[in-house]
Amino acid sequence: MSTRMVEVRAKVLKQNDLLARALRERFQSEGTCVIGLVSSPGSGKTAFLEKLLKTLARDYRVAALVGDLATENDAARLQRATPNVKQITTGTICHLDAQMVEQALASWDVGPLDFLFIENVGNLVCPSSYDLGEEFRFVLLSATEGEDKPLKYPTIFNSSDAAIITKMDIADACEFDLAAARRNIEGVRPGMKIFEVSSKTGVGMNVVADFLVDQLTNSREVLAAQ
Amino acid sequence: MHELSIALSMIDEIIEQSDARGGLEVEAVHLKLGVFSGVDRSALVFAWELACEGTPLAGSRLVITTVPLLIHCPQCNQRRTPPSVYELCCPDCLVPAQDIITGREIEIESLEVAA
Repeated sequence: MSTRMVEVRAKVLKQNDLLARALRERFQSEGTCVIGLVSSPGSGKTAFLEKLLKTLARDYRVAALVGDLATENDAARLQRATPNVKQITTGTICHLDAQMVEQALASWDVGPLDFLFIENVGNLVCPSSYDLGEEFRFVLLSATEGEDKPLKYPTIFNSSDAAIITKMDIADACEFDLAAARRNIEGVRPGMKIFEVSSKTGVGMNVVADFLVDQLTNSREVLAAQ
Repeated sequence: MHELSIALSMIDEIIEQSDARGGLEVEAVHLKLGVFSGVDRSALVFAWELACEGTPLAGSRLVITTVPLLIHCPQCNQRRTPPSVYELCCPDCLVPAQDIITGREIEIESLEVAA
């Protein structure tokens, strides 16, 4: 049987990308700085976020959406820093998508925000394909995971805007090669901003908080000028 | 393993495209997949058959063209293939390159339909 070709040229994640763009425009018009967090399971996303929320909550209105396959444990932990926390349980889905974010926000009367954090499901593969409408994506890499993670998961490192090296307080005990880690991050995402932190001791956390406050100030100035 | 999600999104898109053209009998789907898309080729092929079951696309073939990673070198101002996916630099100038020209595609290029 003969066949013919029909040209389509359609992006498979078009619907997600459109929704993410709408979310991004909405966050920008509302003056909310939105940060996505991605990492492997156990790299310290929740500890990092808890500390960061506590730091920022002193002067800013903060909230967090937190994605996991199951349990509300992370939301309960983050609620020690702010009551504005909502868990998204994805069931069997290994990543968040823009629709999950939109739906979570639609049923959440959280009020105006300065910072909204979206903690993705712990996974260094799948979240890289899905834009959530965030302004920045932070990829976390813990000292315990080894310095070659960026080489093993180049796509997610490349799709992120800044890298956070966590658990620096035990880096020496793990014989973590910081210079190699920085070189590997630079290899997969040249020019990427890198922060070194310990959520436990708090070292480096203020640098991240100051960076975000600067970003918020800049985007508010752009908004005011429009 | 988000390839099943990708396959389901593809099916939605293809049914929409088919409906817009009055209904197509799709025999094969031609997809462009970048090496830097985060989608695994063999996992997607595996997911495709499962995802198509019970849809108008059941029994269709998935034909994947791999799109290589190309960067723009700020030094020689050319499109170049970096030495690897974890050394994003110009192979000659060795200058780091931030601009990715191709390699991220997850794009349905065309449908092969019964004439």
